[in-house]
Order: sequence, then C-alpha cells, then structure tokens
Amino acid sequence: MTEPRDYETIPGTYVYDARRGRQGYALNMFCMSLNVAENRRKFKENEAAYLEQFALTEEQRRTVLKRDWLGMLKVGGNIYYTIKIAFCDGLTFQDVASMMSGVSKEQYAQMMLAGGRSAEGNRYKDEAGPGDSRG
Amino acid sequence: MIPVASIVAGIACSHVPAIGVAMDRGVTATPYWETLFKGYEPARQWLAKLAPDVAIIVYNDHASAFSLQIIPTFLIGVADRFPIADEGFGPRPVPVVQGHPALAWHLAESLILDEFDMTIANEMPVDHGLTVPLSITCGQPQQWPFPVIPLCVNVVQYPPPTGARCFKLGQAIARAVASFEQDLRVVIYGTGGMSHQLQGERAGLINREFDTAFLDGMTKDPLALTRITHTEYMREAGSEGVEMVMWHIMRGALDADAAEIYRHYHVPASNTAAGLMILENRRIS
Repeated sequence: MTEPRDYETIPGTYVYDARRGRQGYALNMFCMSLNVAENRRKFKENEAAYLEQFALTEEQRRTVLKRDWLGMLKVGGNIYYTIKIAFCDGLTFQDVASMMSGVSKEQYAQMMLAGGRSAEGNRYKDEAGPGDSRG
Repeated sequence: MIPVASIVAGIACSHVPAIGVAMDRGVTATPYWETLFKGYEPARQWLAKLAPDVAIIVYNDHASAFSLQIIPTFLIGVADRFPIADEGFGPRPVPVVQGHPALAWHLAESLILDEFDMTIANEMPVDHGLTVPLSITCGQPQQWPFPVIPLCVNVVQYPPPTGARCFKLGQAIARAVASFEQDLRVVIYGTGGMSHQLQGERAGLINREFDTAFLDGMTKDPLALTRITHTEYMREAGSEGVEMVMWHIMRGALDADAAEIYRHYHVPASNTAAGLMILENRRIS
C-alpha cells in the first residue's frame, strides 16, 4: 500500500486501515467473542487463560490485561471491537474516551457538555493538538 | 396502470447507542437528555401520520452481525425477521424487527443487475445502528409499526465506500423501488454521524460548523457533499464522522428537489453530535 496516507496527518487518530487490519485481526476477534454472554463470563473468570485461545502478541495481551485503551489502538485494536472489553467491565464509551484522551471522566463529560473538542487546532499533527498516533 | 412502489421520504438520523440506552432505562426526561428527546417529538408525529408501508434502513453493523472475518461493503437483509443483537451487554429490550422479503429480494436482484454488487443476508441480527433510529422515530411500541429492510454499509474497516458511490446506490434503490409492482409507500433512513470521534487522544471532537453545512447541503447541493473525501470527514468531523457517507444513500434515493421539512441538532449525546433531518419528495404519492 502507498505510504504515507493523508489521514496520518490527523492527530490522536488511529484509522483502522489495511496495516492495522493485518496487525489487529486476532485482538479484535477476541473482542468479538465477548458478544456471547458465556464467553464474557469465562473471560472475567480467568482473563489470561481465556486469552490463550487467541493468537495475540505479548504486547496485545498486556494492553488487554492492563486495560490500556490507547495502547490497544496502537497494536491494531479497532474501537468498535475493543469497546466490548469495556462493556464487560461495566464501563461506557465516555469512560473509555476520557481515558484515551488522558483526562478525568468529569473533565471529559464537561468538555462534551460545553460542545465537545473543537476542531480548531486539532486538524493536523503540527498544530498544538493532542498526542501523536504513529504507534 | 400497474401500481408500483415509491419512496416518499427520507430520514437522516444519528444512531448513538447511548440514546437507545436512555430510552431503555426510561431516563429521557432528565436534564441531560430532555432537550435531545423533545426535538424528536415532531419527527415521531410526522412519521406516525405518514404511516409508511415499509422502511429501508441504511446503517452500519458495529461488530455485531459481522466480524472482521468477512466484511461486506454493501449488504441487504432479505429475512422475514431480524433478531436483536447482543453487542456485548445483552440485547436491547426492543421488539424483533420484521423484514419485507418480497421487496428486499426485488431490491437485491435489481441492484445487482444495475451493477451494484450487493451481499445478500438470509439471517442476521441487527444492532443499535438500526434499532436506535427506529426508537428515535417510533418511540417504544410493542411492535415496530412497519417492516424494515436492513441495508448495511461497511464503515468499520477503512475504506468505506465513497460518498459518491453511496449516492449512486441510493439512485439505484429509487429505480428498483419504482419497478416493484405493488402500491407501497417506502421511507428510507440514512443513519450515523454526525461529527464524533470515539477513539484516540482526539476523542470527543465535535464540529458544529461542518455538521450545519452538511445539513444545509442536503437540500442546497447534495452532489457537492458527495465529493467530501474520507480524510476530510475524519479530519473535520472526527474519525467516526465518516459514517455520514451513509446519508448519501438516503439522499440519492430521493428526488433532486426533495424538501427539508424538519431538522434537529443537539450536542452532546454521549460523545456525539446528534442530528436528525426529514426530507420529503414533492411529487404527490
């Protein structure tokens, strides 16, 4: 595939493209298994043992077990999939969004009530926006 | 003259899962949700009065019916019923969705012969992408008031289909509906959006200016909107804002001079700018 992609200039954003699709398939398919109630129970019962069924890399395992939401994206996680781990933990999309963007739940909720994160200053990585996403 | 089906109206609607959860838990009158839900009331009244015979709902599956194992770009559901998916926290407590196999199969055949290579699903659960727009526009009935044809678009694995391709699919849907020999009044939903980003350090991005221009463009110059690139959606409206390509299928299925008869826009619904727009074809049906 042609590199670099123009969307890679967007800060703090991990586009689930072919590269991440190759990297994250097993991780995301583990997340998919959590659509089944019995699997959610088994995962919560012994997370490390449950993960053995899936061909995750060491780093992918670590990010799941540590609930490193941002780290998961950097090793090929797709947010529509990794959010299922959060649902398993009783967390909401806003909880996870606040953790990924590095602010408290309250600060994040307040930002959304005030109209959300502005696009101003957040369109390109060379602006003073949020962090790097080349992971 | 042989009676035929026709598309009478289009509904553009965000499908934020938290909106469904708020309805399921009965908390829509709280200060957080009140304004959003008040803005849905006129749409519900309009739709109840219109009483369409069938709805085509364009939405994206969110790792519910389809995983990364097989990723259909465009898919049509031809079943006579679609169960409610367990997305990881149990199925939503809403009625099973009844399909319309006769029209759905007609659409599948017509679209493929019209060079849109649809995937056909005989069995599939439906997730919040489809059920939340139904809840928003129909409330909480014991049974949904009309049968539904699900039309799924991939927006989870980059790249989604382009806005221009989606618009052309909408035009093909209109042609297909108009060749179905039964007097049916059809509404088409384009769901998803508006600006939102669920992932990364930039989560929470909202762009009211972009969204407003997009809503205006639906009637002023819908073809210009189809030229917005994926990168522009992601940069301006957040990475998940690219879901708005699905609105073009709805728009393409309507007449060029379709009229806006209602809009509602509210920030925030969880991480998202929630938009709703109703467009009606002017010809008398």
